[in-house]
Amino acid sequence: MFEKIYILWLRQLKRYWRSKPRIIGSLGQPLLFLLALGYGMGSVFQQAGQGNYLDFLAPGIIGMSIIFTAIFSGIEIIWDRQFGFLKEVLVAPISRLEIMIGHTLGGATVAFFQGVIVLFISMAVGFRPIDLTGVFLALGIMFLTALLFAAFGVAIASRLNDMQGFQLIMNFLIMPLFFLSGALFPLQGAPKTLSIIAAADPLSYGVDALRGLLAGTYYYGFGVDVAALAGATVLSVAVGSYLFSKIQI
Amino acid sequence: MAIIEVKNLTKKFGDFVAVDNINFEVNKGEFFAFLGPNGAGKSTTIKMMTTILKPTSGNIVINGHDAVKNSDRARQTLGIVFQDQSLDDELTAWENMDFHGVLYDIPFATRRERAQQLLEFVELWDQRDNLVKKFSGGMKRRLEIARGLMHHPKVFFLDEPTLGLDAQTRRHMWSYLKNLNKDEHTTVFLTTHYIEEAEQIAQRVAIIDRGKIAAIGTTEELKRKTGAASLEEAFLKLTGSEIREELSDASGIQRMRTFHGPKK
Repeated sequence: MFEKIYILWLRQLKRYWRSKPRIIGSLGQPLLFLLALGYGMGSVFQQAGQGNYLDFLAPGIIGMSIIFTAIFSGIEIIWDRQFGFLKEVLVAPISRLEIMIGHTLGGATVAFFQGVIVLFISMAVGFRPIDLTGVFLALGIMFLTALLFAAFGVAIASRLNDMQGFQLIMNFLIMPLFFLSGALFPLQGAPKTLSIIAAADPLSYGVDALRGLLAGTYYYGFGVDVAALAGATVLSVAVGSYLFSKIQI
Repeated sequence: MAIIEVKNLTKKFGDFVAVDNINFEVNKGEFFAFLGPNGAGKSTTIKMMTTILKPTSGNIVINGHDAVKNSDRARQTLGIVFQDQSLDDELTAWENMDFHGVLYDIPFATRRERAQQLLEFVELWDQRDNLVKKFSGGMKRRLEIARGLMHHPKVFFLDEPTLGLDAQTRRHMWSYLKNLNKDEHTTVFLTTHYIEEAEQIAQRVAIIDRGKIAAIGTTEELKRKTGAASLEEAFLKLTGSEIREELSDASGIQRMRTFHGPKK
């Protein structure tokens, strides 16, 4: 059983490693955000008395690269369906749950790596994590966030037959999850509606935990962050597994 | 003894009935051909038998396991070569073979040995470390066959296996399957448009048209029944000579059949 999950996981990693344009492309965006926003908004942020914007922003951008990569990796199931490979897996003597777990773990691992690379990039442009313990704990949070959204991607892909709905998903789901999460701006003093929406967005807790561990400022607090992330991950894996088990060709 | 039992099997897509209350049995160790014009319901039936599509109603039992209620167990006894591509383009030929071997619980040593033997057999051994996306259509097709033959299931489904294969590989493949059938009593369930091929290979034939079984029996029985000299002639007598459009998705079939109107 583990060998089958392992080979599904390994496949995701190989596919990621072999698509160099994808890796480079997906690193360009965080770099742009870090430079343009980090430096561009930095002085305004400082004048508003909020401290160093790059320190505030870097955990948010790590969260951004994780959510994008994780959801895309989950959604790759749509490609597998279009290129026929999904059939090969679905007729094999392996349960739907094992396929879902293998694919989700693979996507989560890829997204985790991506997050680690963005952490290094942000350090290269001037971000300094507060201590090493924080970095180690942050790695755990990064993997949990990656797992949550990879399973979420699988759930979406189980309901879509082709890439036509993808633009819709991108603009009405992935982008709002990112922009409304407090990745780019502080939730302190945000309008009530926005803070309610942010509280319902699981990415908010991932970003908040990373910001606390790497830059020393929490909004929700570490305990709340971990509990919310863990709860959302369990829910997302459960829903993803259920929807994937209903998949038909 | 029946290894496949299909009872009152129906599949509807919306109002459209793709498979209409069909019944048949396939005996253990038999070569069984499932023939029909394009859009007749062959692939839909195979998808249901291989557990990737749920029937609207009816039962399928594969080697004693219900294909719907006990699909994990049913899948353990079957193997399939698909009509269209099902390889991972981003993996090498070898990785595709190995992946398949792991999914089908083939032990490590056997897996390596068979993968090599089969890649040599379809003359792709030299290409084993190249990514499949660099392969030509014919090479992909050969790899698909090689991969499908890696494990030895109780029931082998072959959905138009010889489509796009050269004569050499085709002959090779049939002799391989015949050996498997002799040594391990493998049951072979195949669809093909090459009716001569079915006539040579299959012990029994079912002809499906517009979702219904038009005839079933040995080649001789079908020829006798229709007064035809060959299976192809019998096939044409049973299904008419009107050309059907090839459309892969169900909604396409629906459009097509609505357009032509049902034949009485």
